Amino acid sequence: MYPIVHADKLAANIYRMVVRAPRVARHCEPGQFVIVKIDEEGERIPLTICDYDREEGTITIVFQPIGASTQRMKELGEGDSFEDFVGPLGKPSDLIGMDPEELKKKKIIFIAGGVGTAPVYPQVKWLHEHGITADAIIGAKNRDLVILEKEFREVCNLYITTDDGSYGRSGMVTKCLEDLIEKEGHEYNHCVAIGPMIMMKFVCLQTAKYNLPTVVSMNPIMVDGTGMCGACRLSVDGEIRFACVDGPEFDGHKVDFDQAMKRMTMYKTEEGRALLRLQEGETHHGGCGNCGGDK
Amino acid sequence: MADPMKKTPVREQDPEVRAKNFDEVCFGYDREEAMDEATRCLNCKNPKCVQGCPVSIDIPKFIQELKAGEIGEAYDTISESSALPAVCGRVCPQETQCEGQCIRGIKGEPVSIGKMERFVADWARENGIRPKAAEKKNGHKVAVIGAGPAGLTCAGDLARAGYDVTIFEALHKAGGVLSYGIPEFRLPKSRVVDKEIENVKSLGVKIETDVIIGKSVTVDELMDEEGFEAVFIGSGAGLPMFMHIPGENANGVFSANEFLTRNNLMKAYLDDYDTPIHRGRKVAVVGGGNVAMDAARTALRLGADVHIVYRRSEAELPARAEEVHHAKEEGIIFNLLCNPIEILVNEDGWVRGMRCIRMELGEPDASGRRRPVPIEGSEFEIDVDTVIMALGTSPNPLISSTTEGLETNRRKCIVANEETGQTTREGVFAGGDAVTGAATVILAMGAGKAAAKGIQEYIESKQ
Repeated sequence: MYPIVHADKLAANIYRMVVRAPRVARHCEPGQFVIVKIDEEGERIPLTICDYDREEGTITIVFQPIGASTQRMKELGEGDSFEDFVGPLGKPSDLIGMDPEELKKKKIIFIAGGVGTAPVYPQVKWLHEHGITADAIIGAKNRDLVILEKEFREVCNLYITTDDGSYGRSGMVTKCLEDLIEKEGHEYNHCVAIGPMIMMKFVCLQTAKYNLPTVVSMNPIMVDGTGMCGACRLSVDGEIRFACVDGPEFDGHKVDFDQAMKRMTMYKTEEGRALLRLQEGETHHGGCGNCGGDK
Repeated sequence: MADPMKKTPVREQDPEVRAKNFDEVCFGYDREEAMDEATRCLNCKNPKCVQGCPVSIDIPKFIQELKAGEIGEAYDTISESSALPAVCGRVCPQETQCEGQCIRGIKGEPVSIGKMERFVADWARENGIRPKAAEKKNGHKVAVIGAGPAGLTCAGDLARAGYDVTIFEALHKAGGVLSYGIPEFRLPKSRVVDKEIENVKSLGVKIETDVIIGKSVTVDELMDEEGFEAVFIGSGAGLPMFMHIPGENANGVFSANEFLTRNNLMKAYLDDYDTPIHRGRKVAVVGGGNVAMDAARTALRLGADVHIVYRRSEAELPARAEEVHHAKEEGIIFNLLCNPIEILVNEDGWVRGMRCIRMELGEPDASGRRRPVPIEGSEFEIDVDTVIMALGTSPNPLISSTTEGLETNRRKCIVANEETGQTTREGVFAGGDAVTGAATVILAMGAGKAAAKGIQEYIESKQ
């Protein structure tokens, strides 16, 4: 069992938990992820690592409830436990393995969208600890959905933008990036974009125009997370790659986002059914149009 | 009294009924049937069946004990050689192993060794009989990577010899392919697999789940920091292969590993479990091995019409004869000498059909089987909404890439001595699919057994 030592709500429908998992905390690096399973009936949920404390042996995860298992997860609090918590999975961010001299030459812009802000944090923090202060854009729908602002301000130059202009700049992250580069004279030679696939797609279309190398972190559907099932496969430069073992970070200019987005919808109806069963419990006997309970 | 020429028939669920449930297909022998079948054994002086068994069970001895009604003794005899008899009695390809060598089989049908083994193991479990643990521990620590057939066997043998064994399992549940791969209707999980694993634990073996060697901890750390004197790698097969044909990443195309893992390990077929599964309407399973049969019969039970698409002919099907027979009985359609060339995709990104080409058999290839050759101009479409690829796997590089001095071969399998399991790294042994590429449960068990012996010799030689 993996005890939750701290739990709080970062925004409407975004939750943070600090979980004791010493083996994971000892080895994880920025860019990697874990898989959590709440109990026997739970689904295996891949979540990027938001922070870690090697001495305390803890990992911080941030998630947005979507399916039945994550809906149940948000009800957990301090003192509860996950039945399973496995990792670190995937490869660490390329920045971590880079030669320090080469790294110092990088002018890095991070672009974080929504709950994707969480996996950006350990990277900017790691860079800060290694003497590099990067720029970062956090994009959110509105003021209430901006997360981790304080944490980011301590370790990077932060730009916040909201779709409705209720906080920080107004507009999408792509507009903010455009303004920084085209109007405000910022120069970058490395971009890391993590967020919803649609955001990463449009960031990549834009950075391609600037010839700005862009790394994205893919979060496709996954089961085991160790390469066994192939559910997380993507087309990268026309080749089949597994996000769990070959990624999760890839060259964003080579990822087939349209295909990846379609694959994300694969279990939409099944997930919806599982959620309905959870919400309606024994009273769910059809009406979802799928389970056949009304036939 | 048993017909000397024929196997005592075994009772099975009616095909029409079982095609709609996940209960075990075969009911197995009862005591009377098993003892009756035991009378057919000739108790050969030079038993060929034992040579055919990868773990060398003393088959005539256990059959004679069974014949005499001494079923506990028969269980002890089997347990000396096999850690998982209730599993082997169900999933071993007996027709090419013990039963394939049986002298009875020359004129009539061979003795039904597998079904008797299953009865003995089931009887022992139902009567609370467990394998005998070591009387004295020797204090030597061994780590086993992977709680599948190879790892459980290696761990069981070492524990019985007094070693302090810990198994590290990457998934949340022990069993490896027995838990994630082979379906409930062929190998019941809580009734059989979990009990066999408890038996291994009762020998003193510890199992730590959720540990990915190479990620959560490395082989070097196990040896240098955690005090393990030797390590056995039984990490299994690994990454699923795809055909690299157009449309393969469409929604509705799955690897057999994904489909079976969702169903078997995550129990997606049960309403109480959160993990979703795609229940196709018309499913094509590409491949002809046991995994293909398992995927096909699972899809059938989830309510689909199912086709097996295999590029060679029936004679070359690598699956166990019993699985092919059961699949046909249940209504799986076999499209043989047929190979997919493209998966057709609709505008939403979902499978809408599969384009295939007919094949004919040419000259034998490196495997000795006749090579399938496409017949030009014979392309045709089949109407399916789901495709499951059961084409085999390639080894997972997680461990070999993070362990200094561990050599792999051209196919990325770990290089290991067949007799001892010794790898190119001192103190590190390996066996099962990680070494051979995808094979059978029993061959992995044989390798786990050989490595257990190799590890004992290695540790003894150091003293």
